[in-house]
Amino acid sequence: MNLSVKWLKDYVNIDNLTIKELTDGLTMSGSKVEGFENENDKIQKIVVGKIISIEKHPDADKLVVCLVDVGQDEPLQIVTGATNVKENALVPVCLNGAILPNGTKIRSGKLRGVLSQGMMCSLSELGLSKNDFPYAIEDGIFLLEEECEIGQDICEAIGLDDTKIEFEITSNRPDCLSVVGLARETAATFNLPLNISSPKVKGSSGNINDSLKVDIKTPLCSRYMAKMVKNVKIKPSPRWMRERLRASGVRPINNIVDITNFVMLEYGHPMHAFDASNVSGNNIIIRTAKNEETITTLDGIEHNLKDSMLMVCDSEKPIAVAGVMGGKYSGVQEDTTSIILEAACFDGANVRKTAKALNIRTDSSVRFEKGLNPICCENTINRACELIELLEIGEVVGGTIDIQNFDHKPKTIHLDSEWINNFIGISLSNDDMTKILNSLDFEVKDNEIIVPPHRIDIEHKADVAEEIARIYGYDKIPVSTIKGKADGALTETQKFKQLINASLIAIGCSEICTYSFMSPKEYNKIQLAPDCDLRNSIKIQNPLGEDTSTMRTTTFPSILSILSKNYNNRNEKAWLYEIGRVYIPSEENSQPYQIDKIAIGTYGNCDFYTIKGIIESLLDQLNVSDVEFVAAKGMPFHDYRCCEIVKNGKILGKFGEVHPTVSENYKIGTKAYIAELDFNTIFSARNELNTYCGIPKFPASVRDLSLVCDESIESGKIEKEIKNNVGKILESIEVFDVYRGEQIADNQKSISYKLTMRDRTRTLTDEEIDKVIEKTLTSLEKIGVKLRFQS
Amino acid sequence: MKEQINEIRETAVKQINSCQKTNELTNLKVEYLGKKGKLSLLLKQMGKLPPEERKTVGQLANKVRNELEQNLEQKMAQIKLIEQENKMKSEKIDVTLPGQKFQIGNIHPLSKVMKEINDIFIGMGFSIAEGPEIETDYYNFEALNIPKDHPARDTQDTFYINDNILLRTQTSPVQIRVMEKQKPPIRIISPGRVYRSDSVDATHSPVFHQIEGLVVDKNITMSDLKGTLELFVKKLYGEDSNVKFRPHHFPFTEPSAEMDVMCFSCKGKGCSLCKGEGWIEILGCGMVHPKVLKECNIDPEIYSGFAFGLGLERIVMRRYNIDDLRLFFENDMRFLSQF
Repeated sequence: MNLSVKWLKDYVNIDNLTIKELTDGLTMSGSKVEGFENENDKIQKIVVGKIISIEKHPDADKLVVCLVDVGQDEPLQIVTGATNVKENALVPVCLNGAILPNGTKIRSGKLRGVLSQGMMCSLSELGLSKNDFPYAIEDGIFLLEEECEIGQDICEAIGLDDTKIEFEITSNRPDCLSVVGLARETAATFNLPLNISSPKVKGSSGNINDSLKVDIKTPLCSRYMAKMVKNVKIKPSPRWMRERLRASGVRPINNIVDITNFVMLEYGHPMHAFDASNVSGNNIIIRTAKNEETITTLDGIEHNLKDSMLMVCDSEKPIAVAGVMGGKYSGVQEDTTSIILEAACFDGANVRKTAKALNIRTDSSVRFEKGLNPICCENTINRACELIELLEIGEVVGGTIDIQNFDHKPKTIHLDSEWINNFIGISLSNDDMTKILNSLDFEVKDNEIIVPPHRIDIEHKADVAEEIARIYGYDKIPVSTIKGKADGALTETQKFKQLINASLIAIGCSEICTYSFMSPKEYNKIQLAPDCDLRNSIKIQNPLGEDTSTMRTTTFPSILSILSKNYNNRNEKAWLYEIGRVYIPSEENSQPYQIDKIAIGTYGNCDFYTIKGIIESLLDQLNVSDVEFVAAKGMPFHDYRCCEIVKNGKILGKFGEVHPTVSENYKIGTKAYIAELDFNTIFSARNELNTYCGIPKFPASVRDLSLVCDESIESGKIEKEIKNNVGKILESIEVFDVYRGEQIADNQKSISYKLTMRDRTRTLTDEEIDKVIEKTLTSLEKIGVKLRFQS
Repeated sequence: MKEQINEIRETAVKQINSCQKTNELTNLKVEYLGKKGKLSLLLKQMGKLPPEERKTVGQLANKVRNELEQNLEQKMAQIKLIEQENKMKSEKIDVTLPGQKFQIGNIHPLSKVMKEINDIFIGMGFSIAEGPEIETDYYNFEALNIPKDHPARDTQDTFYINDNILLRTQTSPVQIRVMEKQKPPIRIISPGRVYRSDSVDATHSPVFHQIEGLVVDKNITMSDLKGTLELFVKKLYGEDSNVKFRPHHFPFTEPSAEMDVMCFSCKGKGCSLCKGEGWIEILGCGMVHPKVLKECNIDPEIYSGFAFGLGLERIVMRRYNIDDLRLFFENDMRFLSQF
């Protein structure tokens, strides 16, 4: 919303305020100022001049040399190519050093050898158009027909001296999308009187009801008011009206159209004017469109209508999209002689939907969709008629058509000053509150507040509290701290997440943040089987593109994409992780399962055992013990380098080397490793208590066993066998070497284990250890594992 | 014999003084003071002396022995010190060569600041509440006083799964879920991901993060709201931060406000960082609308509350002078390793 300060001054005397005080004050009382601009800021050293003489340029046929009186001792000599210059004409003159609105600087200089001490301007050089000064021509010097003095500043002379303030008006305050609304806020904010009176219409002979009938055939129109004006003379509006429209960002067109726009800007309630001769059947019908009906709107675009759209129609066809835009063929033309003025109240939601569907957003639709009060129709239409009479544009026919379909009873709210004081934390008296409310046009009688019709947003005492707080001043509300019980703490899962973060970062992984969206193409890139459950993902109805069309069911594509980006950005190494969500569909029409996963991905300075080590260290930190690593298969992993982490039959996660085809699909040219662990399963698998275990008093016995077996036998199986045989006294078992080559047969390998054994109550004897080892070796032999040597 | 003792003393002292090495010194000790050392051998001849001389010779011999022992000890300490110094000298290294760094990972800047904010509120007695990102229309809009056809729905371009299920556009639904489950007093913040159908550019992303807060109890006032958020800003931006509350509108709070913090760079004078305004908008807040409380079966005549919400990305961008929001989601190591 752009506000003309000149217009504002019609309603409030703000002469004692600087523009900064005005805008700061309004911002702090709830009408946020985005900025302001003086129309004359961009124009410098342009004055009114009078052409004294015009002579031919000695060396150029198309140029003339003018002497122009600019109120200085000597007239200026100005060379111009314009053909419309006349002696005695008043013109805008750029003096030496003048600046035009487009930033151009004008300096005196020579034109074809003749000194030119300035420049005469056209409309467009002043940033104006024919709409602003209809009597002037577009391509030629602007010959002024204004009352002005030679030497006078041009901005002052032609009224280009307004200040525009740009407001951000919140959606609950459509009343502030108007000059009167903002004037009311200004008056209340600065405790100034508001000079406003109800418009008065004299009227003339005849009765509108003799020549027009209005029917409302839908509940979507709560009021329709019409007035008729005959003997209309269409011409440009007066300068003061054009100035105010221009500063508000509306292009002046002609007196009738300008009045409808002027009244909308002033009162905040849109209106429309029809050429009465184009309303066939002398009948206006408010109804929804019929399917396959069409309308060509004022902007020349033809629209196909739907039966949900509210229309203003004549007896045959739609003549306006209700509250949005008028029809091209029913509008006011140059030769219009008789008009019908409309001030109506249409359903906001319908206007909003229709405007959206037709892709037209107008000053009118913006106001309707936020909600307007039908009561305000009356002042609106009367103000238009008052202006028509004031400007002597035509005769306002007697009588008014006014079809009403609403409850007149104003809203009332009890003034509960105690509640308000407690709610805000202030202590204002009943009188103080009443004063504030009165300044905003609320009446207060016997502690009952009567809400003025333009305040559709006020429904509850909390709304009243806001009115009082904002006019009293948010900055005056004292500051306090919350009392009462406070038991802020992290939950167990939140602490667990922090521990995961801290552990992975200590291990050397960096945290990443990826989108939860995924393109369905990613399922192919990670080579999921066509019937894989993970392909069944939540689809977004209105995605921005394929990349945001589904919600991910797995974190693999996310981590692979980031590994790929880093690899292709030539980063030597990337060890990454994310605690991220996946979204698994549940039953139709209910919320999906939203599951947290720990995704890890690495390339550079790592192999399979590095990512396994990362996971083992992480699980140690999280106090998740006794997990098994079981060889597994499945995309996107390498067929023989993939593993599931299992505890008590539950799978905690899966990790391994990325399948070469998948690596290729993601353009990762080195070996990469990824993991996805399930947060909740790991959380449940943790040992909750971690009690201290005394430092051992008795020495440990250590034995190294180098074993040899077929390649097909996994170390995990051997370890299990050793654990089963050695029993409780086995404190730890560690692989310290894996060897293939000389002395080892083909297809065989040697694995060396270091066994640490201890009894916490006594020293173990060598004989005991020997016995246990012997027993273990016998069992190992049964599964095909032989001793190479021990020490 | 006295002369002989003095002679031994003199040569011994000379030798000790000129000695340079610990092993030589040890040899000297044996040579003079050992069981078969020069002094001992001489003293063995004491029996041959007349008794009256024995006493004085004995005293002299003891004196010399003590003196030599002391000399030896001092010299030993001296030599050891020199030898240690020499050893260290030979161990001289170039301390400017790089250390062996430990490869520690980095936390994402969004998480880093999120944690900082969470910690501030936990310190003020808040708990952290979490909720689903794929929400129902009811929790995301309806319960927050944003019915169907409300203009506010236009400004939040929503991703829909179907007519009833959507990607939450704010973390406020968590507030409703908490109020439904928990009786006041309530003091929570709800950080998390939210979604709006904005195309990706330097300042927009379809996924971003919000942190919202909610306090509901008896006698909660707008003064409490101001006090709490002012304290938060001072903890986040420093004790000398200034804030200002401007009236605003949100459907689920009344009165509503936006909180600005005085520009850190120009201290209110206006500069490029604050676009000439002197102030930077940080968060939206307000007193929980009584309709919202009622919808959650909390009696607005007994209880009141306040709520606030802030966008994490903008705060993090300002904190680290990051000019492109896309960097957060690109996760380039050269970016991540700076935090």
